[in-house]
Amino acid sequence: MTKVVVAGAGSIGSLLAAHLSRVADVTVLTRREEHAGALREQGLRVSGRSDFTAQVAATADPAELPLDVGLVILASKGTDLEPLAARLEGRLPGATVMTIQNGLGAEEVVAAHGAWPLLSAVTFMSGTRHGDAHVEYVLDTATWIGPYRGTTEEDARRVAELIETGGLKAEAFPDLRPAQWSKLIFNATVNGVAALTGLPHDFHFAQTEQLSDLGHLVRDLVDEGKAVAAAAGVELHDDPWEMNVLATQRGHRHFPSMLEDVGARRPTELESINGALVREADRLAVPVPLQTAVYRLVKAREASYSE
Amino acid sequence: MIGTGAVGSLFAANLSLLDDAEVWAYDLMQEHVAAINRNGLRLSGAGDIVGRPRATSDAAELPPCDFGIVATKAMHTEPAIAATAHAFADGYVATVQNGLGNEETIAQHVERVIRGTTFPAGKLLEPGHAQWDVKGDTTFGPYDERTPLAEVERLADACTRAGLPAKAVEDARGPQWRKVIFNASTNPVGALTGLTHGRVVERPDLRALVTGLVDEGKAVAAAQRIELDADPEDLIDHAARKDVAYDHKASMLQDVEAQRATEVDYLNGGLVRFGDEHGIPTPLNAAIQALVKGVEASWTQS
Repeated sequence: MTKVVVAGAGSIGSLLAAHLSRVADVTVLTRREEHAGALREQGLRVSGRSDFTAQVAATADPAELPLDVGLVILASKGTDLEPLAARLEGRLPGATVMTIQNGLGAEEVVAAHGAWPLLSAVTFMSGTRHGDAHVEYVLDTATWIGPYRGTTEEDARRVAELIETGGLKAEAFPDLRPAQWSKLIFNATVNGVAALTGLPHDFHFAQTEQLSDLGHLVRDLVDEGKAVAAAAGVELHDDPWEMNVLATQRGHRHFPSMLEDVGARRPTELESINGALVREADRLAVPVPLQTAVYRLVKAREASYSE
Repeated sequence: MIGTGAVGSLFAANLSLLDDAEVWAYDLMQEHVAAINRNGLRLSGAGDIVGRPRATSDAAELPPCDFGIVATKAMHTEPAIAATAHAFADGYVATVQNGLGNEETIAQHVERVIRGTTFPAGKLLEPGHAQWDVKGDTTFGPYDERTPLAEVERLADACTRAGLPAKAVEDARGPQWRKVIFNASTNPVGALTGLTHGRVVERPDLRALVTGLVDEGKAVAAAQRIELDADPEDLIDHAARKDVAYDHKASMLQDVEAQRATEVDYLNGGLVRFGDEHGIPTPLNAAIQALVKGVEASWTQS
């Protein structure tokens, strides 16, 4: 069986680790030893759209990872990626490393810490953690995978097939950027507005009946993002506005991580999502006054934690 | 006085001490009304007085009055003036409220309206007792040609004699728009970020956002040939000084923290509406309004 390391066991990492354990030999690398201990002792329970308990190996010490790992999935939050990649530096020489963070720039962060072949991924599935050893599988949407450095579409397809066999949805693409940018614009807009308003991603985000309805702002933010993508030469895979409308029509009220982070007064993924978009806009000389305003307001909100 | 929250209480208490004025206070807060009628309306802080207005929650008790002064929050203007308009059939009604659109709402119910902007501030401490934090000037002006300046002067003179310096001018839109632009450009930024006025202003990125909001407001004012009586930017920087209002939490931030409806529709929303009418784009103010409305909507979610 393929040996897989899933590094970072938040909701996405936990969902991947549990499902892949059905078709691969999975080791979970956690940040806290206590978390690894809970996984070793209790297994990793999945509820919601899947219902099983996976037996997984787990450790918080990179030195304990198996030597002959074929695939490493880095599933930490964007804010934790740099220290995670640093902990793996010089290890797992035979592995292909896949990033799955929101926003832009994760691949570059990892590339600076080793010569591994790299795959890019974006995921649209979602889950909710109910403790260290239990994750609820909420949205069963796909994970998209594409080559980044030293890999081909064929490599991406093999990983997508592995994930599919494990019971999740995945698809390989020759170039991930169109999907990555669709999600970037979607996340910068929806997560930013959710963090500032306290609203989960619900019907308000698509509402456009009255002039001051939130949907107008969401659409204007998306339009700015599209202009940046166009200037970057990226043809979007999906229209982020339609992604927004579809998600709100499903009737499920999703709590974006940025909203939960702000509520818990934690640092958010703002820099790798909204920051990345605004910096790209700046580099390409595309005016994005509304995205800039949202970026600055969330940034300042983080600064208010110390009030 | 129609509405005796903090600002309304400052006017009602001070004016009631004039020998030549009979002051009625209309308010729906029954505990406040009862306390005023029992013990008077007490102010502490910038002035310590006990006024003796006659208070009521029943608009039918109001006698015909020479002047009305509306001091409710902007979202309560309509029901408040609809209930009390009968008392001003031969009188004049002024507003000292925040935001844009109050005069228009009042004018739908009474003939003669006075535009006003006031800077004194305070807070209600308990029923019948208000804290007077800041003294400040008030400017009144006729809303339209149905209000002669001489009547506006009569009201301003009464306020001035009562200890609330006020002047009457032909066009009172300058001070009103200066205050609206100041409030619309800073209050919601504080409300959305949780930062005090000083901390908003000292962050260069937020200060630039504030200027973006101010510039839209100035453009809307200019399109109506309104001359601001001072640059809102100067006020914003002045208020950020440690000895002025660095640590002040904008009223909208206080509203958000207490999950009370804000006046954003009358501040940023007012600028957007007047901008629309005059063909001036106000995308930042519209964005800010939508975000604050989103905050309000989040309170009714489970």
